[in-house]
Amino acid sequence: MSEPAKDRRKERLDRGIKVRTDGIYAISHWTEIAYLLTPRLLFIVGLLLAPVILIPFPYWQRVLSIVCIFALLAISFDFLANYVGLVSLGGALYMGVGGYSAALLNSHFGLPPLVTVPVSTVLGGAICTVLLLPCLPLRGVYFAIVSLMFPLLAGRIIEALDVFGGTDGIMGVDGFSSGWVEQYVLICSVLAAVFILRRMVSEDVGLVFTGVKDNDQAVKASGINITTYKAFGVFISSMLGCLGGACLAHIYMWAGISQFALDFSIIPIAATVVGGGGTLIGSVIGCIILVPISEFLRDFGTLRIAVYAIILTAFIVFKSEGIMMYGTRKYEQFERWVRI
Amino acid sequence: MEIIIYGIINSVTLALMALGFTLVYGVSRLPNFAHGALYVLTGYVAWMLMYRVGLYYPIAMVLSLIITGLVGAAMYQFVLVRIRGMAISEIIASYAIGLAILEGLRWGGLKGGTITLPPFVDGSIELIGVSVDYQRLIVVLIGVLLVGLLWLFVNRTKLGLALKGMAQDERAAMTLGIDSDYMAVVAMALGSVLAGIAALVLFPLGSIVVESGYNVLIMAVAVCIVGGLGSWNGAILAAFIIGFAQILTQVYLGAHYQVVVALVAIIVTLISRPSGLFGRQKELEERV
Amino acid sequence: MNQEPLLVVEGVSKAFGGVLALSAVDLKVYPGDILGIIGPNGSGKTTLVNSITGFIQVDRGKILFKGRDITNMKPHKIADMGLTRTFQVMRPYYSLPAFKNLIVPLFSPRARRTGGWRGGGKMGSRDTVAVDILEEIGFERDSYIPYKTASALPTGYLKRLELARCLALRPEIIICDEVLSGLSMSEMASMVPLMEKLQMEGITLVMVEHRLRELFRIANKVVVLNFGCKIAEGSSDEVMESKEVKEAYFGSEEEVFSYV
Repeated sequence: MSEPAKDRRKERLDRGIKVRTDGIYAISHWTEIAYLLTPRLLFIVGLLLAPVILIPFPYWQRVLSIVCIFALLAISFDFLANYVGLVSLGGALYMGVGGYSAALLNSHFGLPPLVTVPVSTVLGGAICTVLLLPCLPLRGVYFAIVSLMFPLLAGRIIEALDVFGGTDGIMGVDGFSSGWVEQYVLICSVLAAVFILRRMVSEDVGLVFTGVKDNDQAVKASGINITTYKAFGVFISSMLGCLGGACLAHIYMWAGISQFALDFSIIPIAATVVGGGGTLIGSVIGCIILVPISEFLRDFGTLRIAVYAIILTAFIVFKSEGIMMYGTRKYEQFERWVRI
Repeated sequence: MEIIIYGIINSVTLALMALGFTLVYGVSRLPNFAHGALYVLTGYVAWMLMYRVGLYYPIAMVLSLIITGLVGAAMYQFVLVRIRGMAISEIIASYAIGLAILEGLRWGGLKGGTITLPPFVDGSIELIGVSVDYQRLIVVLIGVLLVGLLWLFVNRTKLGLALKGMAQDERAAMTLGIDSDYMAVVAMALGSVLAGIAALVLFPLGSIVVESGYNVLIMAVAVCIVGGLGSWNGAILAAFIIGFAQILTQVYLGAHYQVVVALVAIIVTLISRPSGLFGRQKELEERV
Repeated sequence: MNQEPLLVVEGVSKAFGGVLALSAVDLKVYPGDILGIIGPNGSGKTTLVNSITGFIQVDRGKILFKGRDITNMKPHKIADMGLTRTFQVMRPYYSLPAFKNLIVPLFSPRARRTGGWRGGGKMGSRDTVAVDILEEIGFERDSYIPYKTASALPTGYLKRLELARCLALRPEIIICDEVLSGLSMSEMASMVPLMEKLQMEGITLVMVEHRLRELFRIANKVVVLNFGCKIAEGSSDEVMESKEVKEAYFGSEEEVFSYV
């Protein structure tokens, strides 16, 4: 491989494809198309086929659903933190609101899961946005601090006021009609969320979000109401979280205070950091890696949160770019020998 | 009468919880989300040293404080110093460390209700018609003493003045020969010790549980936001406001609503006066 | 001067803690003016800009724009009415290419109304407008410069980018907070005609400056601030003759002699 060669040199695989900047491609041959599409297709097809491959292992099919739920939460965190600039440590709030609204719609109004899920997605998104509205003018640290308090307090308030079933939660929620519906609803939601958000952040609206994140004073001076855009960002992100929460309520056929638990706040953050912040796909990959680990660690109880926290700290300190960025870099550095 | 006395006790309790957090944030602009974890850690270590190792109570307390201080300093020295200035990473990393400590402790056998520290002095006393434990009086005493000592430390000693300089302008302090990283380590250790002291005087009132770590973090943050982050006078004033508000809601509305007070206080503060009670204009620009 | 003034500032005061940053400042800007605001460091120039554009709340006084009261309105609403500003410390979106920086203002309600965005919804049309504006403001179209990331641009271009961001809104007044300071002589030499060009296009300019020589060449009226008070107003020659101004910049004569 590394012997000195007179008649050949190494060349990057994407040499002919990439022109000047990211995102502008000049494709001229099917190999080049394949080079670009392979990783993307691998991801999409892999995710779509996963339930079929896992048929012999029903337990892991359920884990796959949980992976998708966490992936939705992680995408929501990633979008809000890295594109809108609001770090929310309280992903569990979305989870709980989505779960409770789905459970209430189902048990009180008798709506089937395929109706409650979209309804509670939108409704929950609206509720979370309204709850977080007073905190939107805050930046960075301050928003993080306040958002952290919401799920912790929400659980306590439900417990203290004894509403929505109090500590018992809401029992007897309908499940999905079959495991296939459950898995494909979730997988398609994840794929759609990634696709739509990736498109959106590179559209003009996404640039405004970037503007709000980089430097909100200039956005104000451009005659744009930043609170509106922040609220819009929170709405999108809380919709994703509520979607996950609603599905979880139907999967477990139960909604309760534990949906406000810390797991739902910390695992998505860990997944995003491990997978690579600001890529959206990275957070999904992070979940695919971390959630099964959590299943292996189930015997150790709460220790798994400690394990996550340690993984998270290690990645933040030593490998802050994350797996996705690292992988992309390496993929783009593939070389081949060419004759001179 | 009862309201006033318990209000004061509750306020001092809150102030004790918040002092360490506000010190660290004030000096090095680092929101130490592991604050609550350090609090519980101290209580647990003290308990371990007393009942498993069999040391005398005072020795166990001093040792546990030293250990907590070292843990705080190590946390800064080995982890947080690498991500200084990246606000998001600072929050997430310190929160993650705190979680690791807390959940690790929970796994290691801290499962509520079983372990307690003994009070310093048993019994209670009639105070203007209200019966108060000696321990609660000690809490107030130590709280007042601690604030006084801190004031003396910051305004009268060289190290304290250096910390104050850092708090006002880190770069200017650096040009005057103050080693900002060293000072941040000192502040972190000091903040951890303060959390530890709070733990040692407050834990005898109840049992050592992991949840109190989250409680302390929430209350510390609430007090600091209402008072204006990094401002000591503000923190103490805010502790009194929230403390009395909590007691009043407890008496007139029932204990259920007590948990809501902190959140409402924060939201009202943020809407009406985003810089907090004692925040300065510069900080206002940073946060809004 | 029989026209209605475009912008009126009446007795605006602002105190930070105990320090009076502005005390009862009056100002009138007529359409087509280039008004210069000068004053020594710490005289309240930037505070005045911040008050007018709503970035800080004033304690007392009134600010009228086109006859409407805009005192203590939200910054984005004021910008939406056509009063924009540049920042002294430049605030581009560092992670975006230069022309993408203009997409944000072009996406604002005002730009959509006024036709800053002419493309009619087709993909990339806003990009085209952005590059057009950048060319107008002195970014070479055929070079790579409009496509460079903002963090890689030199100061001169960043100052232009600030102006371009304002222009994208099709404003009526631009308040320039020290666009000339920090530039090299050649950059400044090209900036001055640019300001004149903007004036010719009917944009009223308020320039807060330290570079008096260049400012006096283009400004038709100058206001001098010192310690938050307006101490002189008039054409550049009148202002320079005024005793207060000399004292503000060079110290009073008695003071000077006392050092001798």
